[in-house]
Amino acid sequence: MASGFILTTTIFLPLVFAVAIFFLPKENIKGIKLVALSGSIVTFLVSLFLFFGYEAAMGGFQFLHKFTWISSLNISYFVGIDGMSLLLILLTTFLIPLALLGTWNSIEKQLKGYSIMVLLLELGMIGVFASLDLFLFYIFWEAMLIPMYFIIGVWGGPNRIYAAVKFFLFTLFGSVLMLVAIIWLGYFASTVPGGQFTTNLFDLYRIAPQLPINLQMWMFAAFGLSFAIKVPVWPLHTWLPDAHVEAPTAGSVILAGVLLKMGTYGFIRFNLPLFADASLRAMPFMCLLAVIGIVYGALVAMVQTDMKKLVAYSSVSHMGFVILGIFSMTEEGLQGAIIQMVNHGLSTGALFLLVGMIYDRTHTRSIADYGGVAKLMPVYATFLMVISFSSIGLPGLNGFVGEFLVMLGSFKSTLLDNRWFAVVAGLGVIFSAVYMLWMYQRLMMGPAHSDGLYGGHHLTDLTKREIAVLVPIVLFVVWIGVFPKTFLSKSAPLVKHTVEQMESVNRGSPIRFAGSLQVQSGK
Amino acid sequence: MNSYLNDLVANAPVMIVTMTVLVVMLVEAVRKTRPVATYYVSITGLAFAAVFAITNLTVEGLSFGGMLLHGGYANFFGALFCCVSFFTVILSRNYFERQKYHRGEFYILLLFATIGMMLIASANDLIIVFLGIELMSVCLYVLAGFIRTKERANEAALKYFLLGAFATGFLLYGIALIYGAVGTTNLAMIRNVFAVVSINILFVIGAGLLLIGLAFKAAAVPFHMWAPDVYEGAPTPVTAFMSTGAKAAAFAAFITLFIRTFDFIGGQVNELLAVLAAASMILGNIVAIAQTNVKRMLAYSSIAHAGYMLAGIATGTLDGQVGVMFYLAAYAVMNLGAFAIISLVEHEGDQNLLLDDYAGLSYSQPLLAVLMAIFMFALAGVPPFAGFFGKYYIFLAVIRAKMVWLAIIGVLTSLVSAYYYLRLVVLMFFSHGRATVETSPPRIVLTMIVLSALLVLLFGLFPSIIIQTAQHYF
Repeated sequence: MASGFILTTTIFLPLVFAVAIFFLPKENIKGIKLVALSGSIVTFLVSLFLFFGYEAAMGGFQFLHKFTWISSLNISYFVGIDGMSLLLILLTTFLIPLALLGTWNSIEKQLKGYSIMVLLLELGMIGVFASLDLFLFYIFWEAMLIPMYFIIGVWGGPNRIYAAVKFFLFTLFGSVLMLVAIIWLGYFASTVPGGQFTTNLFDLYRIAPQLPINLQMWMFAAFGLSFAIKVPVWPLHTWLPDAHVEAPTAGSVILAGVLLKMGTYGFIRFNLPLFADASLRAMPFMCLLAVIGIVYGALVAMVQTDMKKLVAYSSVSHMGFVILGIFSMTEEGLQGAIIQMVNHGLSTGALFLLVGMIYDRTHTRSIADYGGVAKLMPVYATFLMVISFSSIGLPGLNGFVGEFLVMLGSFKSTLLDNRWFAVVAGLGVIFSAVYMLWMYQRLMMGPAHSDGLYGGHHLTDLTKREIAVLVPIVLFVVWIGVFPKTFLSKSAPLVKHTVEQMESVNRGSPIRFAGSLQVQSGK
Repeated sequence: MNSYLNDLVANAPVMIVTMTVLVVMLVEAVRKTRPVATYYVSITGLAFAAVFAITNLTVEGLSFGGMLLHGGYANFFGALFCCVSFFTVILSRNYFERQKYHRGEFYILLLFATIGMMLIASANDLIIVFLGIELMSVCLYVLAGFIRTKERANEAALKYFLLGAFATGFLLYGIALIYGAVGTTNLAMIRNVFAVVSINILFVIGAGLLLIGLAFKAAAVPFHMWAPDVYEGAPTPVTAFMSTGAKAAAFAAFITLFIRTFDFIGGQVNELLAVLAAASMILGNIVAIAQTNVKRMLAYSSIAHAGYMLAGIATGTLDGQVGVMFYLAAYAVMNLGAFAIISLVEHEGDQNLLLDDYAGLSYSQPLLAVLMAIFMFALAGVPPFAGFFGKYYIFLAVIRAKMVWLAIIGVLTSLVSAYYYLRLVVLMFFSHGRATVETSPPRIVLTMIVLSALLVLLFGLFPSIIIQTAQHYF
């Protein structure tokens, strides 16, 4: 319980700092920035305790914290993390301070509200990854829409209203149907012998094998729709380019870095273990959508003229790999998917930061307005090159590990039993080299503008602050590329167990998803 | 004589409000030119009654020869009505002073309407139900047209009166038919013989007519026609009072009759209720999108919310009852807050009521804009606010009653509703405009609004506060 308290602290620390900012006068801009930044850094430091305290060898959920919340509905505040949630929580707490620092001077109006919204968003995201009660999960999942909606709508670009409303309604559409499914699932739990209404994930894992297949299909669809919109899976991705392009830089970083992962996280945490039969049946369909997304996203990214839009469509493509990895249902595929979530968070987050940094100087995102920037901004060019390579999946950098594992997984998957998915996904890697390198070439190479003006402004190279933001990301990009075991070992037990469950369901003798229960029984 | 005194004491909340209204009438007669005096007496009386009701939420009993229920269920609603009325009184003083139409009799009518509502919740006899509804309605007809120099208000009052009288007819016919079938108007007796009489066609028709009468008072489709015009034309505090108090009263009657007395579970009457619920949710939410006037938009939204609550009634179960009771409390705080802000933004002579008049409110009045945004998100049912938990509980009850289709319609229409609630947020925060407030909002009204926003959050995060009380009454 004491260790569970650390997790609860991590979740609610951002709220404490948000409240502190609320009481600061809005003229005190420096104070607000410092409180927000230090708040996010403290949260990151606390979350490091989780990383070092999590015993991967033991597996299962750790740092459990539970107390009764709404007794009549059997709802409790119940949090805990396993390897996957650990990595994603760390990704969140790692990216937020960088996003704040990276856009230190970009926000000019209503800074107070902005800082509060970013911290509330952090609260929501950590909460989503830590919740082990579906009701609690849903609260975090939806409440998080509000700060993101404001971040896009108030501090976004010219077309921000359309983007914000579209983002909100699209995601809400998915979630409301999931709400019906959550209640239905809880109700189902009360109809099995000796059962009662529950939203406790452990209890639901226990009763899940008894779900009849037609009910499973409906619930897979309801949960899946909500997650697929968030990921986003083709063809539900249309909100993403709008939201990305209009959001301020920090918003895009958080959106691409963390928010999208909530969808793929949901598939692994809920859809596979709860609706195993339905997942197996949906497997080819989901893989098909994934590879369409990979190729489609890459092709559309190629023809973009706006840097942010290019990165946004590249996200559609990269997240397709994650879905493919998940639904290959092999250890390699799932491990690849999980590490790819982290990778995409790092490299796309960094790409959005880099785009934001140059946009702050020139106020244009159109690729055609640039050329020869490398001569004027050599440090910037170096960082952009490293991150582009990471995004393409160059061996030795993080992107390679994830994409390679995913393709390996889908290639040798006996459950999927179709190698064409891996082959087509391979095309996506090639295309990603095309659009990234081409963008790099158009931005950085060639002669510099003769008057030295870009969008009417002079270019100056990165400041120390901006370098300080990018260096930690590059560090992790290389770390994961060279020695991924540090991270892969955390999620290994979960992945092993999930795959075992899938294979047992396929054999017709389902074992229930109980790996999580080892630790719980100790309490 | 002694038992009569006991009955009076047992029904203390109703009696306190009754005493208050008598005192207010005297004060009004003596100090005609100073309506402020009646204002103070009214809020004191209502506060006492509310406190008394809240402290006596557990014990239930019968009084006045089984005509009235006291304590428990009656006090739950009594507290709700007194709080709504308290809020309305505070809001009204500010509103009518700005409209230069501050009159003492307003408070008298409001208090009488409150007594009517409390009687509805205490009723253990169809006659009392009818008495309460009439007392409430007659006062509301007058209140809707209270500013009699305004054409809109007159139209609203007349429309409300004509259609309301018609609905009363249905109600009375229903009561008569049920009396004909059962031979009593006492609800406890009807409950006892329900299994026998429920196959009697007279009884079923009677129940159907009661349903129509109550659906009218609750503004559920297809008996909602009056609501948009009346809500728009009535003074804003009265609209706030009608959309929260009167609606809660109608649902108190719904619960008393269709859950606690009749046992139509799974039968055609409940199917009919479910269809009305679905129709209200769909029509209310879709038509609200087309509105340009804030009060009218919230009128259609209130039709939709009536639909959600009717869905709870349609289950006929304890879950449904608890869900509706929670929803009513949550809806009261969020809607009162929203209407209070509307009344502050409103200018003299029905000006500044359009949605576009809210453009850029966050720049001139950041606090009001943030509070309004909270109420809008709560009404849309976004967690962690109270509106979400209300919907959660209702959908839970609906799914347990095996009406998944109704839950799906419910969530999809609440998605539609998010669109128009968000539009106000978009205007206030994302657009630039010249939204202004005539005078800086008085501190007491602001305090009440902040308090309701806190309650919206509190009910959303710790719904057990209400749920556990509501679960006692079945």
